[in-house]
Parts: sequence; structure tokens; C-alpha cells
Amino acid sequence: MEKIVCVLCPMGCKIKYNAVDGKIISLEGNRCPRGVSYLEDELREPKRIVPTSVRVINGEMPLVSVKTSKPIPRRLISQFMQTVKNVKVEAPVRVGDVIIKNVLETGADVIATRTVKRVNSA
Amino acid sequence: MKTDVLVIGAGAAGMGAAIAAAKRGLNVVIAERDEITGGILNQCIHNGFGLHYFREELTGPEYAERFREQLEKLSDRIKVFTDCHVLKLGEDRKALLVSPKGILELEAKAVVYTSGARERPFGSLMIPGDRPSGIFTAGVAQRLMNIDNRKVGHRALIVGSGDIGMIMARRLTLEGTEVVAVVERLPYPGGLLRNVIQCLKDFNIPLYLSSTVIEVKGRERLEEVVIANVDEQFKPIPGTERSFKVDTLILSVGLIPQVEMLDGLVQTDRRTKGVACSNIGQSSREWIFAAGNCTAIFDLVDYVTKEGERAGEYASRYAMGERFSQNVPISPGENVMLTFPNFYNAVDDLTLYVRCKKPMEKAMLKVGNFEKIFEDLIPSEMIVAKIPNQKLSGLDRIVVELKEV
Ligand SMILES: Cc1cc2nc3c(=O)[nH]c(=O)nc-3n(C[C@H](O)[C@H](O)[C@H](O)COP(=O)(O)OP(=O)(O)OC[C@H]3O[C@@H](n4cnc5c(N)ncnc54)[C@H](O)[C@@H]3O)c2cc1C
Repeated sequence: MEKIVCVLCPMGCKIKYNAVDGKIISLEGNRCPRGVSYLEDELREPKRIVPTSVRVINGEMPLVSVKTSKPIPRRLISQFMQTVKNVKVEAPVRVGDVIIKNVLETGADVIATRTVKRVNSA
Repeated sequence: MKTDVLVIGAGAAGMGAAIAAAKRGLNVVIAERDEITGGILNQCIHNGFGLHYFREELTGPEYAERFREQLEKLSDRIKVFTDCHVLKLGEDRKALLVSPKGILELEAKAVVYTSGARERPFGSLMIPGDRPSGIFTAGVAQRLMNIDNRKVGHRALIVGSGDIGMIMARRLTLEGTEVVAVVERLPYPGGLLRNVIQCLKDFNIPLYLSSTVIEVKGRERLEEVVIANVDEQFKPIPGTERSFKVDTLILSVGLIPQVEMLDGLVQTDRRTKGVACSNIGQSSREWIFAAGNCTAIFDLVDYVTKEGERAGEYASRYAMGERFSQNVPISPGENVMLTFPNFYNAVDDLTLYVRCKKPMEKAMLKVGNFEKIFEDLIPSEMIVAKIPNQKLSGLDRIVVELKEV
């Protein structure tokens, strides 16, 4: 049996599994069904949620923190960072606002994880 | 000015405490020296918060924002003072608050102290060599990058493989700083396996176990860091030195509860170095309650919120006139490095937090008449057990043990 740690949440379930040609035959140790999809992805195409920040214009702070609304392919992470680096948003931003829709055609959106108020500017 | 409950610090613990006290109908003042509430959560933009409390995974700022909204909803009872440093707390229950608006003396019936923790600084590591710029604690580097939009350096080495160190390794890499290594003196990683995978393995960042930094070199800015393997006593082994040309050294070598303000007012615990508390958050001074990282360092913010809420609830019961009786001391036994809380009061169940001394595959937690098996234990991952009242009745001393099975 192979062993893998699910990274989807801090529970970090240790999943034991048997797979042949990338197909899962048996598994145990996952405390929720997301563990199954994590393992499937991990065998086919590892995916991660990516938290980072985006520049804000006229905000009370220079950055708004963001994350992908769902895991994106790991191999796209550096391309993702390049994309995000070139984006600027105008304050105000509210937590949950979509900053980039369907980023890199992954089906995931980039969403704000904090509220940034607008500063009074002329 | 007077209030029922004063909460010092508005991190996860303080916000939980203030909300719990206001829900019991009391008037609360919460004082925070930062510009906004939320504490350390504001700079922790990674995901990994709230799974126990909200049953979904949030980032630090999202988690903070949910409690900030509740503070606002209860604004008729909770006064939030930001930019406001509590300078002093006296035996007369009077606190001295300092802010740009001036100085305020505030008298409270009960106080909940939730000041969080400090990072262990470079000086405490006694590393020989120069003292150039380019050496940061993880929290400072995190704040510079995530709040102030500053890059800390080009090539970095990280000391300490706890969750904070590993999360910083990923953050720096994503932001274009090359991380040449994470160095850990223990023979196993200090943080969660989940972070070993998604923060180090995903980015091919090498982890050097049983290793430490033995020298730093640099004139103005850091130029070179030398590491070496260590023996079981953490002494460097000659001949194993390895040198890295880096301009940045990030230290993630532990947090220490921040307790100075309560010096002489309350007892601290020798092992946690935090305010010694009972399971209801009460300190040795009956009107001072405490919660969160100033009592013991917690892995998960969810636990901190729970402890904050509990301290807030009992502080308000105290402010309304209730008194709590004698406490039973709790001490660590076999294979246990530390336990929290430090005392047990039978008015409530015991939520016990335990850190083991060494990694163990399977162990039985024994506390009074309570027994429970835990698997895959590592010192960096707290064990949490809810122990009902009746399992502890009649004990005059509680010893917490982990027996390998
Ligand atoms: C870098 C890092 C990463 C983490 N990652 C995770 C994670 O992925 N998942 C998770 O669940 N947990 C994580 N944690 C743990 C969790 O975030 C903390 O345990 C928790 O937020 C601590 O809350 P607190 O209220 O005790 O302390 P803090 O958040 O430190 O709050 C204390 C507050 O008190 C204020 N204060 C102190 N003294 C005074 C004074 N005299 N007057 C006025 N104000 C004062 C401070 O300014 C501060 O805002 C992480 C912690 C760190 C440091």
C-alpha cells in the first residue's frame, strides 16, 4: 500500500491506497470525501489552492490578499503568479470580490480575502 | 471611565472573549495597539484557518473579518479602541490606555488578557559572526511582504521548519526570492506534513534535518551563512560545515507568550512560559483571565477562539458576582512535554491540550479515569481531548501521561 498526506485542509489525513495505472483500487484513512478527489488529482494532475496578494490603487493599504476559489494545477503556479503580478484593482475591495474570473482557463476565480477601504483621494 | 470587562489585545482570542462577554449583556472595552483588529491573522494570508470552527477553510484575513463583523454588530455593548496601547494594569483593576487621542484611565470589574506572543529573536540564538542587515524573524518578513508590499531579499535561507518557517519558504518562492534551504535542528520536520508537501516538496526546497546555523558573515548586508550537522545534544559536528551565499536569513525558531505587563500580578507556568490559567481561563489573580498565545502557543486559531470565548464567558460571570472555588493542578507526566491549562476547576469540562515529547506511532492518553488512543503523534501537533467532569472527580492532582502502545 502507498501512503499520501492530503493537503486540502489542516487535518492532514494520511491516506493509504492501492492504485494500478493511476486508477485507485482501494483506499483508507481519509476522514472526508475530499480525500478521494485529492488522491485522484494527485495521481493524475496535482492541484493546489494558491494564496497571494494583488496591488490596490487608492486603498488604505497597498495590497489586497487573494486566493484561488479552488485548487489549480500545480504546474501552472508560476504562470499564475506572473498573471497576478500584472493585475491592479481599484479600492474599495470587499472580501469575496472576484478579482480575476476563470484564471488561466482553470475554472477557478481569484477572489479577495480581505476588505480594503478606499482612502480619500482628490 | 468604567467598564464591566476590559479585553487587552484584539487578536483571535480577544475578539472571541469580547463577543462572548457582550452576549451575556455586559459592557466591554477591547483595546488593540494595532490600527485594526485581528492580530497576527491579518498578515497570515495563507489558507489553513477555521476548519474546526467554521467547517470550511479560510485565510487569516477572512477568519479575522468574520469576527470583526460580529464586533460591529455588538457595537452598542463593545467599544473597540484601536491604535490604543494598554500600558499598565494595576492591582486596583485600573488600566492605563495610551492612544493618539490621549491617555485614558479605565477601571474594569474583570480583565481578559489576550496579548498574543512574540517571536524568538536572533540574539537568543547566540550565533557567532557578524551582525549585518538582512536577518529577519519570519513574522517581520511576513508583515513586510503581505502588508507593506516589500521584498525582503533575493536569496534566502530559513532556520526552523515549523509551519511558519515552511509557509514563509513558499511565500518567498512565490514572490521571486530563491529559498536555498530550510534548516532544522531536530531529526524530523517541526510542522505539519501537509506543509512539508505543499510548501517545500512542491517547490523543490531542500530541508536539512539535524542541522543548524553556526555562523553568519557579511559587512553591511548578509553575504554568507554556514550550517553544520548537529549531534543529539544539538552540538555542531566538526567537518560537516556547508556554506550558502545568501543575502537573507529568516528565523522561525519559536514564539514566546507575551506576559511582561502582568509581571508581579499573576503566576506564569514554567513550561509554557505563559500566564498560568485554569480551564475557565482564570489566572492566579481572580479578576484577571487570559487566553490565546499569551497562555500557551496554540497550533490552530480555532482553539484560540474557543479559549477566548471561554475566558470571556467566565470573566463576565465573575464581573456579575460569581466566584470560582479551588483549582486542581495539572502537570505533565510520561512522554508529555507540556499541557494546557495548568489548573482544573470543576465548574466546567476540561479541554486539554497536550504536546508530546517525541514522535510516536500510537499512544494512550491517560488523565484521571479518562483514556484515549491517538495515532501518528508529533510534538508540533497539539493533541486535544475533551474530558468530561465525572472522569476527574475527587482528584487533588491531575497528571497527564502518554503511554506508547
Ligand atoms: C505566522 C503564523 C502562521 C500561522 N498559521 C496558522 C494556520 O495556518 N492555521 C491556524 O489555525 N493557525 C495558524 N497560526 C496560529 C494562530 O494564527 C494564532 O495562534 C492565533 O491567531 C493567535 O491569536 P491571539 O489572539 O492569541 O494572538 P495575536 O493574534 O498575536 O493577538 C494579540 C493582539 O494583542 C495586541 N496587544 C498585545 N499587547 C497589547 C497591549 N499592551 N495593548 C494593546 N494591544 C496589545 C497585539 O497587537 C495583537 O493584535 C499561525 C500563527 C503564526 C504566527
